[in-house]
Amino acid sequence: MARNSAAPGRRVKAQIAMVMNLDKCIGCHTCSVTCKQTWTNRAGVEYVWFNNVETRPGQGYPRRWEDQRKLRGGWELNKRGRLKLTSGGRFKKLATIFANPVMPGIKDYYEPWTYDYRNLTNAPLGDDTPVARPRSLISGKPMKIEWSANWDDDLGGAPQYGECDPVVEKLHAQEARASVEEKIRFSFEQSFMFYLPRICEHCLNPSCVASCPSGAMYKRSEDGIVLVDQDRCRGWRMCVTGCPYKKVYFNHTTGKAEKCTMCYPRIEVGLPTVCSETCVGRLRYLGVVLYDQDRVLEAATTPDEQDLYEAQLGVLLDPEDPEVRRDAELAGIPYDWIEAARNSPVHALISRYRVALPLHPEYRTLPMVWYVPPLSPVVEALSETGHDGEDAGNLFGAIDSLRIPLDYLAELFTAGDTGPVRTALERLAAMRSHMRRINLGEESGAEDEDAARRVGMRPQEIEALYRLLAIAKYEERYVIPTAALGDADRLEESALPGGCSLDVEGGPGMGGSGPFGEESGPVAPASVENFHALRDRQTTDAPAGRHTAHRVNLLNWDGNGRPEGLFPKRKRASRDSEGERR
Amino acid sequence: MSTVWTVLPYLAALALVGGTVWRWRYDKFGWTTRSSELYESRLLRLASPVFHYGILFVFVGHIVGLFVPDSWTSALGIGEHPYHLLSLYGGTAAGALTVLGIAVLLYRRRTNGPVFRATTANDKVMYLVLTAAIVLGMWAKLAHSSGNGYNYRLTIAPWLRSLFTFQPDTALMAGVPVLYQVHVVVGLVLLALVPYTRLIHIFSAPIHYLFRPYIVYRSRDVGRPGTRDDRRGWERVP
Ligand code: HEM
Ligand code: SF4
Ligand code: SF4
Repeated sequence: MARNSAAPGRRVKAQIAMVMNLDKCIGCHTCSVTCKQTWTNRAGVEYVWFNNVETRPGQGYPRRWEDQRKLRGGWELNKRGRLKLTSGGRFKKLATIFANPVMPGIKDYYEPWTYDYRNLTNAPLGDDTPVARPRSLISGKPMKIEWSANWDDDLGGAPQYGECDPVVEKLHAQEARASVEEKIRFSFEQSFMFYLPRICEHCLNPSCVASCPSGAMYKRSEDGIVLVDQDRCRGWRMCVTGCPYKKVYFNHTTGKAEKCTMCYPRIEVGLPTVCSETCVGRLRYLGVVLYDQDRVLEAATTPDEQDLYEAQLGVLLDPEDPEVRRDAELAGIPYDWIEAARNSPVHALISRYRVALPLHPEYRTLPMVWYVPPLSPVVEALSETGHDGEDAGNLFGAIDSLRIPLDYLAELFTAGDTGPVRTALERLAAMRSHMRRINLGEESGAEDEDAARRVGMRPQEIEALYRLLAIAKYEERYVIPTAALGDADRLEESALPGGCSLDVEGGPGMGGSGPFGEESGPVAPASVENFHALRDRQTTDAPAGRHTAHRVNLLNWDGNGRPEGLFPKRKRASRDSEGERR
Repeated sequence: MSTVWTVLPYLAALALVGGTVWRWRYDKFGWTTRSSELYESRLLRLASPVFHYGILFVFVGHIVGLFVPDSWTSALGIGEHPYHLLSLYGGTAAGALTVLGIAVLLYRRRTNGPVFRATTANDKVMYLVLTAAIVLGMWAKLAHSSGNGYNYRLTIAPWLRSLFTFQPDTALMAGVPVLYQVHVVVGLVLLALVPYTRLIHIFSAPIHYLFRPYIVYRSRDVGRPGTRDDRRGWERVP
């Protein structure tokens, strides 16, 4: 098929992606709880939180999941610059299959427990008030609660545990090398913090899938959701190690791996995920992004870790580009999915405004849950010093001088490159002061124009970004095409923009007949049949169906004559209707 | 007595094949290693590889010993004595690894609270038979190791092969030492148990991992709401 597109053979794929606006997260854990109620309120997954909210700086859940030197998740480049699983290739996986050498233990998550509630009613009468003692759900024995998924919530215990955060550790090591005085401190007045809600990233290059010896894990071709086939999983647990975000969990009762499903049963019918739907801060956005499957490996192999963010942006395609849309349709992506990609809030925040950043791109899995970095640590620090925290000039200065939050965020989102984080924060800062001026009805000052120009955005763009981040309604935050519509579209076949709808593979060309006569060969799409039938009709005087090579249906019947087979035979009407009822 | 050597092996084979087919059709969800690594990993990381490498080697040894006729190795110029030495030292080393491994695994199973709690009655039966088979095998081998040892390749092996031609030659088993006889019987029971216990994981050794592309893409199953086939008795009304 002759196509002269810019990138020949480009394989466009669609992905349901998420963006979370961290500035709005209040750390209420509603998302975690509703997700748990929906998916992991069963025996065997008591310790599992498909969605968890961790306070940063902090160790996270499971403890120190970012320490890949120890936990060996994700991909790395080998000496020849090729991509390899950090936990080892195929042979190593099979050789060590009998006991996974680096699997987090239950204590790294936390030992789930319940309480001895029965004791409250069954305890014999006595002087002491009966208590419900905690009892381990793993060993069944009474236990001392010493850790949980949120032990260090709100910097709880930070003076003791703060240094255990792998990012803090890394920054301290860098500081020691550069002998910088300023350090992340965990005393109450000097600390900064924000919340990081985490779910499975539904990566474009999922190392969990690559690690599964059974081939039970897969990425869905339609929407990119990464799932575990429960019937094929054999419990080798390599995926638990393989995922650098530690978002595949082992169900110790069923002996199978489980993970965030992106709430696919909801997504399929156009509903947002449970965690998004129930988010109190309305900080989650869901939408379609289009990407080029052939560029995934290349992007993941980018030599410099700090270039990975740009590389990942390069894999994503612009749905406003007609070429992209055409390639997308050729790749079988339904029309309404492409339209959804154009309206996707996720695409806008990631690619158009560039305020959303990927979490730990250096793991090379090309994660698909992105984050708008929080400006609030900066604003708060400013306000505390008595400055106006909404003044663009002040904010720009503070973003630069408050090195710690910036460095910390850069370690999370851009492998340590402060550039993109600064850009994103500056855009948020510019938006703040621009909108304040509008809301207060102030005159547009040269300073504000400057601020907009400095962040490379026009005032209209800033206002659109504000709209999306601050007041977007349900339908704007969640633009989710349904799977059913997708299926219907696939059955229907639509005219490809810029291409000829008759150019279908193995199509009838201009003849309309297979190698063994009219009924042989693949079924022709209705539009192809209609095209030929209509053309025949325009070039003949005979009633339709008489001389034409095609079936006549109600769509292409010109009312001329009584084509064969279009209506039931007249005489034996009663019999026929009986037959129809069958 | 001789019926044991005709009926039992066929019953075991039937249980093995039939049970595996049944499990594949009706219990794919239950088909797993039921790993206990989440509870305890220090001992497991040591014992599980030792046991598995041992038993896989033992398995290969059984295949060679039982299915390669004496005349073939002789034709290759490997005499009875060198073969015996190989079998004695190689086999015993592998057997020792296996015994060591399973001993630690059993110790771990019994003493680690969570692991013991997750041990089902089914597991216990399996462990009993598995341990018995391994211990009896080692015992039989070492008890008859003087000289060239007991040459099972003239009795047990041809009997086993005769089963495959459906002309069981039970006379061959008559003079076999009792320890070997018991080992064979327990071994057959173990084979029969495989599909009904966690040992089913043996059949899913994921060799195909070496040959498939890393990233697996799969289409949503159109027309089926779930990700798996309907359970028997739960088929949807069309
Ligand atoms: C063929 C390749 C085999 C593979 C890849 C394999 C793999 C495994 C794995 C991953 C476990 C789980 C260990 C854990 O995390 O708890 C396991 C457990 C076990 N396997 Fe195998 N296995 C194989 C063959 C066998 C054979 C031939 C036997 C014995 C006849 C066997 C007997 C066992 C037993 C008894 C356990 C339970 C260990 C315990 O937790 O106490 N396996 N196997
Ligand atoms: S984040 Fe999700 S898709 Fe990515 S490697 Fe982990 S489990 Fe797989
Ligand atoms: S998408 Fe669904 S399964 Fe995944 S974290 Fe959110 S609520 Fe849980």
